[in-house]
Formats: sequence, structure tokens, C-alpha cells
Amino acid sequence: MDIVLQQLVNGLTLGSVYGLIAVGYTMVYGIIGMINFAHGDVYMVSAYITAIVLALLSFFGIHSFPVVILFTLLLTIIITGVYGWTIERVAYRPLRNSTRLAPLISAIGMSLILQNYVQIAQGARSQGVPTLLDGTLRMHIGDGYVQLTYMKVFILVAAFSGMGILTYIIQKTTLGRMCRATQQDRKMASILGINTDRIISYVFVIGAAMAALAGVLITLDYGSFDFFVGFVIGVKAFTAAVLGGIGSLPGAMLGGVILGLAESLFSGLVNTDYKDVFAFGLLVTILIFRPSGLLGKPAVEKV
Amino acid sequence: MSNVASEKMLEFKDVDVFYGPIQALRQVSMHINKGEIVSLIGSNGAGKSTLLMSIFGQPRASAGQIIYCGQEITKKSAHFVASNGIAQSPEGRRVFPDMTVEENLLMGTIPIGMAHADEDIQHMFNLFPRLKERRNQRSSTMSGGEQQMLAIARALMSRPRLLLLDEPSLGLAPIIVKQIFSILKDVSGTGMTIFLVEQNANHALKLSDRGYVMVNGQIRMTGTGQELLVNPEVRDAYLGGH
Repeated sequence: MDIVLQQLVNGLTLGSVYGLIAVGYTMVYGIIGMINFAHGDVYMVSAYITAIVLALLSFFGIHSFPVVILFTLLLTIIITGVYGWTIERVAYRPLRNSTRLAPLISAIGMSLILQNYVQIAQGARSQGVPTLLDGTLRMHIGDGYVQLTYMKVFILVAAFSGMGILTYIIQKTTLGRMCRATQQDRKMASILGINTDRIISYVFVIGAAMAALAGVLITLDYGSFDFFVGFVIGVKAFTAAVLGGIGSLPGAMLGGVILGLAESLFSGLVNTDYKDVFAFGLLVTILIFRPSGLLGKPAVEKV
Repeated sequence: MSNVASEKMLEFKDVDVFYGPIQALRQVSMHINKGEIVSLIGSNGAGKSTLLMSIFGQPRASAGQIIYCGQEITKKSAHFVASNGIAQSPEGRRVFPDMTVEENLLMGTIPIGMAHADEDIQHMFNLFPRLKERRNQRSSTMSGGEQQMLAIARALMSRPRLLLLDEPSLGLAPIIVKQIFSILKDVSGTGMTIFLVEQNANHALKLSDRGYVMVNGQIRMTGTGQELLVNPEVRDAYLGGH
């Protein structure tokens, strides 16, 4: 019983991070209809920025956890946001009115460029960051217990706060309404006075910022990373976005959590080696019954 | 009204527009004076909607000039044009399907900001009580007529100097058409300039100071609303020979 609970908690943590990254895939797809294959590598870049910021802070003798975490989050999110903005500007905007496949290929190219650039600049070996937060929270339930490191508690809180803030921005603010308008009818949005190119840039910045939040959290938790970490987690987050219904923001978050839970429960209760098989099997099963994902809407080709 | 000192608000000078190899507008020249109601009538496919959209550069004029309040806007971006006081209720309504009525109305405030939003939304609810009943409903769940009202109200929310309306009567019950045209008359009384594209020539010309008739992408005739209403050619082609 407690192993199920334990894996539920682990899965929720993992899933919340998948959700954060999936948001970037789903928002970009929603607004310009392309899969940003470089998104996983934006996450990877944020891991390196996290390490650099941590090193700088420790160089200046700043060690208090709240200060360190605040600065790391802030700087990593801002710098990664600049990466997101630049990638859109350089690789996708010039192809705005070309065929659908052109930006997809450009995205694959951007992904290779980021991986190789980081590999050259930072070396191919795996890098590490020190543990910032020690200790474990243990809850006794009957005879057994469920335990969660403080770091994982922090991940849960930070990830769900991130999603909450994003949902609020998209649902309730003028910026969010402009994003939704651009997504629903770009031409009409421009006729109403919205600079749609700028909104598309903002969406890339938001996606990158969410990936950066995930990057900081996972990097601090796992402690090590290399230039290739973006690939696997990118594929997982993309799967989460498809599972939840690509283009749907709550769908991406839900898809992330479901995927995380599925992986954790399967590896805890059945077999760790086949957890990915189970996760992708789940995706296939859901797509058979709901081809547009859990919260997605059937695609209508616009003319 | 038609003898107001004529100051040109919008002017087309020899405008050509192409869709790929197909020419949609040929050498179109026309103008709208400040404070006027001008209508453009013509059959399906004559190029009326293309003319309205070309003001926003979608599609862009390949030759000629479009001048708004003395400034050439032929090559300006759509959001620039909108920010300078031109609003459009476009062909096909194009309300945002997954937004509520109220959110759709708020989208109209982009050029002027949210300062008058509450007051203006109340004003729209007075003009179109139906929208008030539906304020929290997603616009895709509404009837065509309700969506049409929403598109017009959304355009009015930006307090435009020039209001462009593409077939506001399309698909509406006659009684609603009458209501909408009377609202347009009121709005025009507040000093707003209105450019109306219509197939429903009878209503449009009665309301208008002046009108233009478009055939195959060219301006074929022009005159005051009254002149066009009694013109035999117009009567035969667009008024169903009443």
C-alpha cells in the first residue's frame, strides 16, 4: 500500500515537471501550428545556465538557500527566455509564410545547433551541481511511511505555482487574451490592433521560461546533466502534450501529470526497465480512443 | 448631412490587388469623407471584401495608394492601421470562438486600452441586449445573428474614427437588420464615419450619404444614396426590381 502511495507522490513530482515543459510545446503548436523540436534543448540550456548561476553565486560567497534559489530561478528564467526569443527570431520567423514543413526542419537544425554549441562551449562530459537542500519529509501511514525529500517538496510547490501563475496570465490578463486571440484567429487579431509577431515572440519566451523553471528544479534535484539531457525529457514532454491534447494548455499540464504517474507506478510496481514502454503504450491507447488527446479538440483544417 | 465640408478621411487612388495571378481589384479610386456614411454595393465576388481587407494590407495593394487622414497606409501593418482608429466587422464575423462574449468585446479595446472598457461594455449591452444575456457564453455557441451583433459591438469597442462593416445584415432576420441599421444611424450621429459593404442594397443606400457600385473589381457607378436607389441599372441588378 505504501509503495503505491510513495510512487504516486514520486509520479506527481516527475509529472509536474513534464507538464512545465509540455506547456512550451503546446503553446507554440497552438499559436503557429509547428512542433518546436528545439524545445527540449532549451531545457538543456537552462540546466547549464542553472549551474553557471550557482557557481557565480557561490563565488561571491552567497550561500543562504532562499537567496540562492531566488537568484537562480530569476536569472535562469530570464536568460533562457532570451534564448527562446532569439530562436524564434532566427529560425522560425523568416519561415512564417513558407510551407508547414520548413519550420519543422529548421527546428531540428536549431536543436542540433544548441546541442553542439553547448558541447563545444561546456565540454561533452557530464556536469554536476552541489546539493542545496538536504533532508527528508517522512509521513507515517499505518505501519508504513511515505517519504519525500525537501527538494521534491520544493519541486511540487514550485511547479504547480508556475502552472497556476501561467494559467492566470492566459485566462485573466490582457496579454493572455491577446495570446488566445492570436491562437484562435491570427488575421482577425491583427485587424484588432494586436502585433501578432510580438505575441508569437512572447509565447516562445513564456515556453522557454517554463522550461527553465523545470530545468532549475530537475538540475537541483538530480545534480548532474550533460548536453544531451534535453532529448529524452523533450520527447517525454512532447508525449505529455499530445496525450493531453496538443494546443490545450490544461491538457499539457494534465498530460504531464498522467505520464509522470504512469511511469512511476509502473516502475515501482512492475518493472523499471519497461517504464517507457508502458508510458508510450498508454499514449497509443489513449490516442486510439481520443485521437485529439484528452482535452484537445478535433482538428479542423482552416481554409 | 451630405453637404458637410468635405474633408477626406479615407481615399483609394488607383488601387490594384491580386490574389496570386488573379486580379481582384482594378484601378479602384474612391473616397470617404469625414462624418459620412458611404456604402459599397456589388454582387458576390465583386471584390468588396477584398477592398475592405486591403486597408489592413491583407492582401496588400500591389499598385496605387491608400490614404487615411492624409497619411499613406498602403504598406503599413494591420495592427498599425487598427491602432490609428480604423475598426472592422469583417466578412464571416470572425468572432473568437473559444472566448466569451465579454472577452470578445474586450479584444476590441486593444487600440485604446482598458480605461473605458466597463463603461463601453455597458453601452454595447444597451445597444444589443441580446449580448448581455449571453455575456459569459462562448461565442461559438451563439447563433449567426448574435455573432454578427458581437462582431459589430467588438468593432465599436475601440471607439473608432472610421468603422468598416462587411455585410452586417448577412443572415439576419429582417427585424434585426432594421435594428442594426438604426443603431448604425445613431452611431453615425455621434460623428463616426461609416463605410458599409452590402449586398442588401436597399437598406444600405437608404442609410447612406453616398454609394459606390462595384462590378468585377472595378467601380462602375457612384452617386448619392438617393441617386443610386432610383437608378434603373442599380434597381435591376441589386434591388430585385422592386
